[in-house]
This record gives sequence, C-alpha cells and structure tokens, in this order.
Amino acid sequence: MAEVKLHGHWTSPFSYRVIWALKLKGIPYEYIEEDLSNKSPLLLHYNPVHKKIPVLVHGGKPICESMIILEYLEETWPQNSLLPTDPFQRAVARFWIKFAEEKGPTVWMMFRSSGEEHEKFKKESLEMLKTIEEMALGDDKKFFGGDEISLVDIAFGAHAHWLGVIEEVAGVKLLEAHKFPRFHAWIQNFKQVPVINENLPDRDQMVLTFKRIRESLLASP
Amino acid sequence: MEDKKLVLLDLWPSAFAMRVRIALAEKGIKYESKEEDLFDKSPLLLEMNPVHKKVPVLIHDGKSICESLIILEYIDEVWHDKSPPLLPSDPYQRSQARFWADYVDKKIFGIGRKVWAGKGEDQEAAKKELIEILKTMEGELGDKHFFGGERIGFVDVALVTSTSWFYTFETLGNFSIEAECPKLIAWSKRCLEKESVAKSLPHPHKIYEAALWLKQKFGIE
Repeated sequence: MAEVKLHGHWTSPFSYRVIWALKLKGIPYEYIEEDLSNKSPLLLHYNPVHKKIPVLVHGGKPICESMIILEYLEETWPQNSLLPTDPFQRAVARFWIKFAEEKGPTVWMMFRSSGEEHEKFKKESLEMLKTIEEMALGDDKKFFGGDEISLVDIAFGAHAHWLGVIEEVAGVKLLEAHKFPRFHAWIQNFKQVPVINENLPDRDQMVLTFKRIRESLLASP
Repeated sequence: MEDKKLVLLDLWPSAFAMRVRIALAEKGIKYESKEEDLFDKSPLLLEMNPVHKKVPVLIHDGKSICESLIILEYIDEVWHDKSPPLLPSDPYQRSQARFWADYVDKKIFGIGRKVWAGKGEDQEAAKKELIEILKTMEGELGDKHFFGGERIGFVDVALVTSTSWFYTFETLGNFSIEAECPKLIAWSKRCLEKESVAKSLPHPHKIYEAALWLKQKFGIE
C-alpha cells in the first residue's frame, strides 16, 4: 500500500477534517506541519493553484481541497463508510458539505473585521447558524446524517471547536444554547466521538494564537 | 427508474442550469423543463430549494437535488448504466476532475460578473484575472481533446457553459478572449460539435441581450 502523507497546519479546521477522516477509517499516514508564513517549495509544488493546506499525498500524487480529499479517501478506503450509499442521500450530504464550504468562512471574516463590516459578517454568520439549526439538524438526529458520524459532521466540525475560540477572542457570542439547542446537542455528540475528542488542537494555545492574529489585524490601517 | 417523473427548474441564460441540460442530453434522459423567473420565483422553487432559492434544481420523483455539480454526480450515479459516465472511475482521476470543476466554480463566476457588469479599474482588473484563470484551464487541458480525454467529461461540462457568456464578456469588456486563449476557444468549438452541448447552450448573442437587459434592470451604467 503506497504511503499517505498529510501536509497541514495545527490551527486549521480544514487540516483537521482530513485527520479525522484518516483516523475514522484507520488509514496510517505521516503528518507534515507546514509553516504558512514561509511556504515550503514542496507545498507550492503540490498545490500550485491555491498554495494552501491541507494537501494529501498518496503514493506521491497530491490531492488538494479538504472535502475533495475526503471523497477520495471514501472511495479509495471504503471501510468505515462516511457517506450514504443511496444517490439521493449522497446528494443531500454533498449539499450540506457545499453549504459548509461556502458559508463557513463568514465566521472567520467576522473575526478578521471591525466596525460595520464586522456587524455585517456577524449577521451573516447568525443566519448561517440558524439555517443549520433549522434545516440541516431539523430531525433531532444525533449527527447530520443520522446515528453515525459522516462527512457532513466533519465538514461542520469547525463550529464545534474553532467557533468557541473565535467567540472568546472577538468577544462575540453567536451560538447561544437556548437559541441553538440542536446545534449544542450536536456539538456534544460530535466531540464525544473518540477520534474527534482525541484530535482537537489545544484550546488555550488557539486562544493565544488567535488573540495575536486579531491584534495584528486590527492594528493595521 | 425511467418512469419516475423528472423535472428541471431551469433558467435559459444560467451557465449552472446549462450544465444539467447537457448531462441529461448526454444520457438521453427525458425530463420536463420549467423556466423560472428570478424576479418572481415559483412556489415550487421556494419549496424545493428553500436554503438558496436558486436554479438549477432537479426534481426526481418528488425529491429535490440542488447545486449543479452535485446534480451532475447524482445523474452519473442514478443512470450509471447509461453511457458515458461524466466522472472517471479511478478515484485519483475523480479527485482531479472534482478539483478543476471546483476551481471553475470558485473562480469564473465571480470574476465574470465583474467583467460584464463592472467598469473602470475594477473591470480592468477583472479582465486580467479572467484571462489568467482561463490560461490556467488551458494549461490543465494541455494537448487533450477534452478535459475528460477522448470524450467530454465532468470538467468539460462544468466549464463549457460559461463560454456562452464569452461574447458578453468580450463586448462589454472590450477585449478578445480568443486572442489570449486560442486553445480554450478551439476546445469550446469541439464541445459545441456535440449535439448535447449545442442544444443546451443559448446563442451567445442572446446571452448578450439578456445581460444588457439585466444591467438596465439593476440600474448598472
């Protein structure tokens, strides 16, 4: 079996998506931490188009974009399946994965901004969370796809851990328990999965790092 | 499977909706097309795509599938016995096809809008960026007949629909895409030789008229 390598970054939820999938499927891999302030020639060689992590390299061949990597893992290692087999259910799963991709960054945009822009992104973030609460988690299921963890949960994983850090550092409360009861229940269920529980970046370290990022962003003219 | 009712919520100038038309035509699948009015969305659209309220939506036996690339994967999976498959069978090739279709989605539509609806410095910057994006696609095409190899595939369908808007970009942006990207234009002409593509793409001059009408409607100079 050709070797699997993951180029990632310890603060990145996108990087963690791949770690979670690899571990849930029991795929052995080597992890390489990338310095994003000084990108390695190897990273630029593997991802010339976007120059980003995560990049999965399997037998020397690179795959980029976290959710595309996850579909590749699902197809190459079908054990411990993370997608339904029914085509319609798969289309529904992919719909929410795409939603997570498109709308997820608004929280980060809110974190990066101040004043009117910050308020605008805050509003958009709340709308996004409300849509997830009411329409993706609508049936009071344990996970997005039912009783078992799937790629949709992994796609939304940032909201289970990184969101709390952003809320603390930016001094904004978005995901209030009484307004988002299903979301809160899902976060508990998600974080209780052993692979997830054992593979989350250290919260205190993240708070320190994000504080530094926010300070330098708001200090710039 | 073929007896179950198939409806496409459609919009004639939408490059996203055109993708689904091509895929269904390639597979020889019969369906009913319902033209939507974006300024007066039908109750059916609002019911079938409550999250985004956008086209295209494929309704198969009463169940809705949204997002054009997701619809393409659904069509491939459900009508897997109808040649040809849009996605390759090898997982690595599939990941590359998904990567490039995702690239088209991320890059072309936002920039395209700035080219036909923008002006001044913004428009100039957008023109430059569009050419760079198209040159990147040319690089990926290389010497192949189609992105899918000898026959059209996922990436061809994802990208070719945008070419119906090239005349609009060129006329309103006052530049020539063919001069900068001759290989890509040659590829688009090869695609148009296929009946499934030719009958799914409106004439570029009609798109141009629609763009002028939209500019007027939105009060864009």
